[in-house]
Amino acid sequence: MGSRSGERAGAGPWLGLTQAPRGFALVVTLAPPLIVFGIVSVLLTDLFWGTRLLGTDPVKSGEHLLGEWTIYLLFASLTITPLRGITGWNWLARHRRTLGLYAFLAVVFHFVVWLFLDLQFVVSDYVGWATLETDLTKRPYIIVGMTGLLLMTPLAITSTQGMIRRLGRRWQRLHRLVYLIAVLGVVHWGMSVKKDLTEPVLAALVLALLFGWRIVASRRRRAERVA
Amino acid sequence: MRYPILPSSEITSESAYLDRRRFLTAAGLIGAGLVGAGSLQALTPTADLAQPKPLGKPYGLQPGDTPTSWEDVTGYNNFYEFGTGKEDPRENAQGFRTKPWTVRVDGLVEKPGNYALEDFLKPSVVEDRIYRMRCVEAWSMVIPWRGIMLADVLKRAKPTSKAAFVEFTTLMDPAQMPGQRYPVLEWPYLEGLRLDEAMHPLTLLATGVYGRDLPPQNGAPLRLVVPWKYGFKGIKSIVRIRLVERMSRSSWMVAIPSEYGFYANVNPAVDHPRWSQATERRIGNFRRIPTLPFNGYADQVASLYAGMDLRKNY
Ligand code: HEM
Repeated sequence: MGSRSGERAGAGPWLGLTQAPRGFALVVTLAPPLIVFGIVSVLLTDLFWGTRLLGTDPVKSGEHLLGEWTIYLLFASLTITPLRGITGWNWLARHRRTLGLYAFLAVVFHFVVWLFLDLQFVVSDYVGWATLETDLTKRPYIIVGMTGLLLMTPLAITSTQGMIRRLGRRWQRLHRLVYLIAVLGVVHWGMSVKKDLTEPVLAALVLALLFGWRIVASRRRRAERVA
Repeated sequence: MRYPILPSSEITSESAYLDRRRFLTAAGLIGAGLVGAGSLQALTPTADLAQPKPLGKPYGLQPGDTPTSWEDVTGYNNFYEFGTGKEDPRENAQGFRTKPWTVRVDGLVEKPGNYALEDFLKPSVVEDRIYRMRCVEAWSMVIPWRGIMLADVLKRAKPTSKAAFVEFTTLMDPAQMPGQRYPVLEWPYLEGLRLDEAMHPLTLLATGVYGRDLPPQNGAPLRLVVPWKYGFKGIKSIVRIRLVERMSRSSWMVAIPSEYGFYANVNPAVDHPRWSQATERRIGNFRRIPTLPFNGYADQVASLYAGMDLRKNY
């Protein structure tokens, strides 16, 4: 993504933060995996020990929490560039990829919980390939979610420093897929709810803001180039 | 498999052992490294002292069906008038006023009237019955209801020869029911039954659960229970019962006609567009169980639908 998009000209970074506050990197690096693994552990605790940490239906709650955190982490990753542009905190840049990778971690668990604990593929005598095939081919919200997951996979694989170097310009182009993935994620959310669209609509608004900022920033850059 | 999945005190039957192994294989894929195998020691769950004993005569229960806990029955359900989350109703319905309560019976009846709830119930025999409950979202419970037969009420009102359907209405009171301030559904909630369905001896107007008065989140003081239909047919906090000539509208039919029909009979062969209805997850248990035609009440109700295409009339 355009690393100089909308960068603050002239004045220094907000609050004079020319580098990250102490501990910031540690929090960004540790908090998301702790949350993701935390949700999974709590879910398993409920199932194995009969605790009610996730309420009456731990499988649904866990599945939903992991889906929501996929969105949050994806959005956090997409917020880095605008935030950098507005504040001049260029040290945020290195977290963009990390957060994206953690979004992938969350969606993998979201998928695994769906497959083995909710759908109970192979786990249940009544759920085999036929049921899985129907769900993967006939249920639009699953197809949309699955497309999101499949598109995220190459991004996760190519998120290493070595891959960035190897792919060069193509890396940027490949990783633009993240915009499509975010749209698919929000659409999938909207399609999965029964009737109350409040949360997915809010998510769509946030996504629109994130996209809007990028469009404005790139217009401004083009205008500057022309002038 | 009931939670906890690894009970310490139960004798492990072979099939339970196999169930557990299969689950562990799946869970292991996720849990590897998180939960050390050695620590999978089960603790004895503390007894829920607040849980009343289930009362009543079982109807249509299948082997392995045991009443869902009081905590789950009263803490997890859909009642959009009090929020769209399944744990919202318990939180938001407390303080809901059910006294005084008036029920209006009108439409195509010889004896219409407005009744104070006590007078409405007085002539009928109150029964405790344990029914299966299947939500359209593919989860299920076993619930000890207390209530009266709807047929009793209808017979007293004397439907005219033109009456063919019964329409039910929930209280409209946005001040008390915060969900009604948002257009998630068309308010007030409406439901309907064909007259023969309404007259069926399994159809209850429930006033209680677990031998107690209904808690507000479960539809106090009066709600419909039709055990062979998906849960959303069980309209709550009823203020009006109207006999009509034409098929009445129901809130979910109006909201999403492609997903929710008038009949809403539990049918494992007809999928919801977004999920399979072939199996269900019993609340409190882990493993899916097969969904039964008419939720296990086919022998008593299937004849009501003889000759009907249940794929079209979902
Ligand atoms: C980019 C990928 C994905 C994102 C961002 C995502 C996100 C979400 C979100 C936010 C929810 C709603 C949670 C809630 O209602 O609180 C959800 C629900 C769900 N997702 Fe995903 N998801 C993704 C991929 C998948 C995949 C690959 C599957 C399975 C093949 C899946 C299956 C489900 C299911 C079953 C639900 C719950 C529907 C329900 O019963 O209410 N998702 N997802």
